[in-house]
Amino acid sequence: MRRRDALSRSTGKHRKELRRGTRRYIIMKFSVMLEQLSSGMLKSMGIFALTLIFSLPLGLLIAFGRMSKNTILRTITKVYISVMRGTPLMLQLLVVYFGPYYLFGMKIGGGYRFTAIIIGFALNYAAYFAEIYRSGIESMPAGQYEAAQVLGYGRVQCFFRIIFPQVVKRILPSVTNEVITLVKDTSLSFSLAYAEMFTIAKQIAASQTTFMPFVVAAVFYYVFNLVVAVVMERIEKCLNYYQ
Amino acid sequence: MKLLEMNHIKKQFDGLEVIHDISLSVNEGEILSIIGPSGSGKSTLLRCATMLEQIDGGEILYMGEKAAWVEADGRQNFPKGARLKQIHSYFGLVFQNFNLFPHFSVMKNITDAPITIQKRPKDEVYKQAEDLLQKMGLSDKADAYPCQLSGGQCQRVAIARALALNPKILFFDEPTSALDPELTGEVLKVIRSLADLKMTMVIVTHEMSFAREISDRVIFMDKGVVALEGKPDEVFDADHTRIREFLGKFGR
Repeated sequence: MRRRDALSRSTGKHRKELRRGTRRYIIMKFSVMLEQLSSGMLKSMGIFALTLIFSLPLGLLIAFGRMSKNTILRTITKVYISVMRGTPLMLQLLVVYFGPYYLFGMKIGGGYRFTAIIIGFALNYAAYFAEIYRSGIESMPAGQYEAAQVLGYGRVQCFFRIIFPQVVKRILPSVTNEVITLVKDTSLSFSLAYAEMFTIAKQIAASQTTFMPFVVAAVFYYVFNLVVAVVMERIEKCLNYYQ
Repeated sequence: MKLLEMNHIKKQFDGLEVIHDISLSVNEGEILSIIGPSGSGKSTLLRCATMLEQIDGGEILYMGEKAAWVEADGRQNFPKGARLKQIHSYFGLVFQNFNLFPHFSVMKNITDAPITIQKRPKDEVYKQAEDLLQKMGLSDKADAYPCQLSGGQCQRVAIARALALNPKILFFDEPTSALDPELTGEVLKVIRSLADLKMTMVIVTHEMSFAREISDRVIFMDKGVVALEGKPDEVFDADHTRIREFLGKFGR
């Protein structure tokens, strides 16, 4: 705003100098900007990796609860999944971050910011993964369980040796969808002002009044997802040795 | 010696009784065929014997050991832990639609349970699996996956998989119903070779001539009861209206 006022008020010579100055300013800053953004990229990747590490196993546990014969356990997990899918992830992040203070009066340090993000993401994604696991497990033909039972496999052995490997193959396309969404969702961490890619991009864009960081951010997310898609496709191919 | 005894078995689904008080026993080395129309309870009886279904009445004994019985409150009970494992090792089951594990190779399908469940030494199990594959005429298919095999080959792998656990008695649940006549022939040949080895078998089948030729005893089931039982010739040539109808020989 101030710059536009200056531009409109200045004479032609002034205007040229100012414009040149601005351009020099951007060119100077571009490498610095990239540097700042790439530190943010690493943090985005960190959120991405940790979320997957925690939410994939947690999702399986929740899926077990969801399919349990125990009515209480089944109801709890059903409500959990319903709430996690039915409210915005951004809101969940805020609740996880500010909840301990407002609800329990706990003092939270700055170090909790990252923890809160990982907890929020893992809890949310676990709910989605749980339903994906469930769809895969319930699609398995009963004959596989029966064959395993007659051959003497126990319930746990049957699940991990016979059922789960086949479930993985079945649910891979749905998991890929979810993982790609996760790459983009890491940008929601800006709501807790955690210095990941998107938060930094927004800051630079605001302070430097330039569009450039958004372009860089878009390229980053797109390339990241391209890599994710290629990797997942390769895994799918690896599992194509059987029908 | 009686390998299997089923006494007064009852089974119902949602109040509909599909097996009414059936008793039968199988002696060592005996081949028993169970024939009868669809829905007569043959497969259910087999599934009760292999403990895939819970019984609602009666008791099942393997080698004189109680494998399943019904308590006073009407619930099925069965031994726990090592005893149950022991009883499971007495029998094998071959399914109508094979139920091979698609993500395991043929070799792994056969060797996985003996190695991981029975904890037998790998060398011995692999040696046995190779022998079994040779008997089944599938030596060249050890590294193939089930999806690369024909139905007949799949069923032969399934038979090898069941035999690898060294069961005392082998159940067949319509082993050839999903196969065309040519593939059926392959599988029946294998079952015949097992009969020559004096393997104890209970076969639920719709292959009448095969049942007549191979069995020591035949049971004709109808509407959840044993309608006829006896030597193959006695049953197949019996002057019994229902089996005449079933065999399509009415008036012939």
